[in-house]
Amino acid sequence: MARLSFRRKQSIFRWVVLTLLGIFFLLPIVAMVEFTTRGEQSTWSTLINWPELSATYPDLAEGILMSLGQAALTAVLMLALLVPTAIWVRLRLPGLRRLVEFICLLPLTIPAIVLVVGLAPVYAWVNYLIGGSSLTLTFAYTILVLPYAYRAIDAGLSAIDVKTLAEAARSLGSSWFTVMARVVLPNIRSAVLSAAFLTVALVLGEFTIASLLNRTNLQVAINLLGKSSATMSVAVSLAALLLAFVLLLLLSLVGDRRKRSAS
Amino acid sequence: MNGGVAVHLQGLRRTFGTVHALDGLDLELHPGELIALLGPSGCGKTTALRVLAGLEDADSGTVVVDGKDITGLPANRRDMGMVFQAYSLFPHLTARQNVEFGLRLRKRGADKNRAAEMLELVGIASHADRYPHQLSGGQQQRVALARALAIRPTVLLLDEPLSALDAKVRVQLREEIKRIQTEVGTTTLFVTHDQEEALAVADRVGVMRSGRLEQLGAPADVYLSPATAFVADFVGLSNRLPGVLKGDGVEVMGTALPLVTPASGDKTQVTALVRPESVDVVPDTDGPGKVLTASFLGPFSRVIVQVGDALVTAQVASGRVTELAPGTRVRLEIRPVAVALEGTS
Repeated sequence: MARLSFRRKQSIFRWVVLTLLGIFFLLPIVAMVEFTTRGEQSTWSTLINWPELSATYPDLAEGILMSLGQAALTAVLMLALLVPTAIWVRLRLPGLRRLVEFICLLPLTIPAIVLVVGLAPVYAWVNYLIGGSSLTLTFAYTILVLPYAYRAIDAGLSAIDVKTLAEAARSLGSSWFTVMARVVLPNIRSAVLSAAFLTVALVLGEFTIASLLNRTNLQVAINLLGKSSATMSVAVSLAALLLAFVLLLLLSLVGDRRKRSAS
Repeated sequence: MNGGVAVHLQGLRRTFGTVHALDGLDLELHPGELIALLGPSGCGKTTALRVLAGLEDADSGTVVVDGKDITGLPANRRDMGMVFQAYSLFPHLTARQNVEFGLRLRKRGADKNRAAEMLELVGIASHADRYPHQLSGGQQQRVALARALAIRPTVLLLDEPLSALDAKVRVQLREEIKRIQTEVGTTTLFVTHDQEEALAVADRVGVMRSGRLEQLGAPADVYLSPATAFVADFVGLSNRLPGVLKGDGVEVMGTALPLVTPASGDKTQVTALVRPESVDVVPDTDGPGKVLTASFLGPFSRVIVQVGDALVTAQVASGRVTELAPGTRVRLEIRPVAVALEGTS
């Protein structure tokens, strides 16, 4: 009896917490929806009509394109750097694992604004060597996403016996490239996808570095737009937020599938 | 099927920090032969196999296969099939795709029959389209064996392939490994710490200790005529019984026994290593011993007898165990089989 009432109490407590959290998260979103659909505005129809959007808000259109480009390039560069490194460290240099982990986690401990102080002179050279395109932010973002991407990939590698699989493939005649591309990579596919999703979500939400290095991206454009067209800036923020939700949802689905296939 | 090639490991040395995993190992495998390397953990048997596979570099020494020195050749160009202790099937591929993996790398993808043939050989053809996580441990090791054999390896390397399996499957699979190896005729190096397994499958057994071979010989020779006390002790159970050197032999509990190797040194009081199956237990009310325990092991039973302060293990036919209940007074009779002395190395 006492046990039953305890379980009931627990269930009530759970629902109270969930409801409060739900209100906390949903209220601003509902307010954003209400604000952007108030009166006779055409905000959403403009937002989903790309030619109209790029004609009316060229800065915003550029910001969106830059952010998408930065997200894609960062994901590619991060994977190209991190996946072979993480595999190689596991296979051949296990003694370096702690050091690599430490280096990859460093960006998490340094505030973005401090990073910019160090990045500014580096970007002076980047400007000089390959120009001032906003896509060059890819280099800074690759460092910024390292902690999250490394964790995701390392977790994927921990779930399989990389050493034995690699040795089995080697003894069957695989080159190191084949070991990585045809044996290890297919088995950490969901971890690689997680790392890529996290990268995209992080890059789409980045403001500080882009703004302080005088580059443009979605968040910088939203910030500028806020001064001239509040409704559109809120609508774009909401769209970006929903996109991030969708990415995180995909991430958890990928994780679920991994767990199911492992069992 | 492919005849097999000769393998010669010469003077292999490998150190890990201060540990000498291989200390000048010499080993020769005849074409088509199955040699089991047996020894306790850390004796260097796995290192020897990994050096042969090219997965580990030796500090010095050479690896010669079919007359060619392949010491510097990377693992992927050695054409050796290997089965690992840990399950090593590629999780994202089915059993058939696993077996085809090595064939595809050799552009023999069209040789579809080969994969099917190998799966048939290891008795797993009906499970060809299953993924590794849908197979039991024994089935996974069968597929791993098929995968290793599919590439027609020059040498087959088995690194404790049965140690993760349960006892019944282990016995069944080791018989199959022997059958398959005899059928395909590939020169094979089998590493194990299980002496029963080594004696059951090998043409010759090599007992290793501290990076060297203590003895290399036919299973019966290693068991019945151990070259050193270490081999006698490691291969099978041994009783340590006090004895007195007399002439060329040793007298243990009143029985004169021949020696496997002549005794060295001046000592006459020695400890002889006597196998339980060489000790017979006879009920005798005036006997010096008393039965402590009798454990039933199927066709045989193991009887532990206390004689003074010493405990002697004997193996008797299970049919006789009823007359050897704990507490029964007995006398021990030792069969005159050659024994090794403790302290000889």
